[in-house]
Amino acid sequence: MSLTTEGRGSEGRGSEGRGGARRASGTGPPRDLVSHGAWFLVLPALLPILVLSVGPLLYGILLAFTDAQSGRTEPTQWIGGLNFRDLGHDTLFWESFRIGLVWAVGVTVPQFLLALGLALLLNQELRLRWLARALAIVPWAMPEVVVGIMWRLVYSPDAGVLNETLRDLGLGDGRDWLSGLATALPAVIVVGVWAGMSQTTVALLAGLQNTPRELHEAAAVDGAGAWRRFRTVTWPALRPVALAITALNFIWNFNSFALVYVLTSGGPGGRTRLPMLFAYEEAFRYGQFGYAAAMGCVMVAVISVLLALFLVGRLRGGDRA
Amino acid sequence: MRTSATGRVGQYLALLAYLVFLAFPFLWLVSTAFKSPRELGSLRPGWFPEDPTLANFRQAFDEQPLLRAAGNSLLAAAGAALIAVLLATPLAYVMARHRTLLARAATGWVVVSQAFPLVLVIIPLFLVLKNLRLINSLPGLVMVYVVWALPFALWMLVGYVRAVPVELEEAAAVDGAGRLRTLVSVTAPLLAPGIVATGLFAFITAWNEFFFALVLLKTPEKQTLPVVLTHFIGAEGVADLGPLAAAAFLATLPSLLVFAVIQRRITSGMLTGAVKS
Repeated sequence: MSLTTEGRGSEGRGSEGRGGARRASGTGPPRDLVSHGAWFLVLPALLPILVLSVGPLLYGILLAFTDAQSGRTEPTQWIGGLNFRDLGHDTLFWESFRIGLVWAVGVTVPQFLLALGLALLLNQELRLRWLARALAIVPWAMPEVVVGIMWRLVYSPDAGVLNETLRDLGLGDGRDWLSGLATALPAVIVVGVWAGMSQTTVALLAGLQNTPRELHEAAAVDGAGAWRRFRTVTWPALRPVALAITALNFIWNFNSFALVYVLTSGGPGGRTRLPMLFAYEEAFRYGQFGYAAAMGCVMVAVISVLLALFLVGRLRGGDRA
Repeated sequence: MRTSATGRVGQYLALLAYLVFLAFPFLWLVSTAFKSPRELGSLRPGWFPEDPTLANFRQAFDEQPLLRAAGNSLLAAAGAALIAVLLATPLAYVMARHRTLLARAATGWVVVSQAFPLVLVIIPLFLVLKNLRLINSLPGLVMVYVVWALPFALWMLVGYVRAVPVELEEAAAVDGAGRLRTLVSVTAPLLAPGIVATGLFAFITAWNEFFFALVLLKTPEKQTLPVVLTHFIGAEGVADLGPLAAAAFLATLPSLLVFAVIQRRITSGMLTGAVKS
């Protein structure tokens, strides 16, 4: 979220900061105490962040340029860009990368559209809204492993509710969704959409409740239809939140692991092997730490470029609209 | 907002469709958990168990060390939540109140940390923890969870701190209260509900976490609940559905309960953090 709200947030904080300075010059002491005391407050969190997050990230990037392997006795050596050259020829990796992109887009887009619809509904004065609100959050609360297990039960060829329903409706005998070469990826994408809808809905609902109600009513009085009101009043107010949550969803989905690990562990025949599963196997099954780190770097790089393009495009589009 | 009658009907139909889509997998899980083995073996499983039984639950506890796994999960999640909140609250305060370079760097880290694939983090962490002899240990896992929970905890807490009016703190300062005194007796009480919500959220996040636990915990005695759950699925992906469903259902209950408690606060936390400008 912070991606886009940061701009707006910092304006707010800017004025706060100036106000604070003005007030501080009036009262004197507090400001000094604050800037000294600040280190006290910051250090406890800063140390673990540096040691266990920033450090490992940099270390991870460095590892990508080495031949590090698990359980090897010889010292690790610098091999420059060799890992990346190998990756360039690794068709299996690029296939997995392609699947990752299909999955990320295939999950993120429906996730957003469905969540937007749900958020708009939940923003209305409807009966049963409390139930829908509670249910809308359930997937968010569940462990990803359980979500995977749950959908395995749904997709189960014999005892699954999906095939059962198809049989009841007379639509054939159903199939083994998760092991079918053609159905596996769409089947896991549906699960991804289900699992991630909650967060998106909550974020969009929060954004919706921030849209100016008076404007909405004024537009209604002026005879603007629902679609027009949405386009001219709701959407402009919602856009920053929508952009931020979509960008985050895309990253999270591209990097997701547990769901697909439980559902198919990458099968059948690698049809659902997301890049994270690929890198996990490379690192912890085959012990190729350096090579797996290089994969991680490529994933970050490509995602950053795609996101930058997406955000720049969207922001420009917004200026024109 | 006035909506036409047909519009209303359409809205309710849409809401119903959402409710069905959101609820049916979970209902199916619960139903499967209470079905008898005979019913699960039949080719025509119904929506409701014909004769509800606890046999699956008994079998689940016999097959896997669920209690111990739950204990491990509880320790890891509670430890991580407690430490994360203790560390994050002061930093969040500074981030919300001061526009220092440091505060901005911390905000930048919160954003950037979301973009990195876990594999790039876990390999170095694995090596570091191995050198510290913290592989296959809950304290090692707690350390990782703390750092992993920090970004969202900071995000929420910054929102909650901003919601506490600065004027209150200034008034206390004018009245002669020292900085520490102000923080302890003015800011902290107002912040407490937000801190609790953040801690509980961190707890759920850690309770549900799978990837780090899978990589870092090797022996079954140390493994957390999500990892143990995957043991119900055999090597060929064949699973004994009844016990699997029963165990999965039980593992979800704590998360659902905690989430029910903090639901409203999470929404408002996102609201203040995300939208307030």
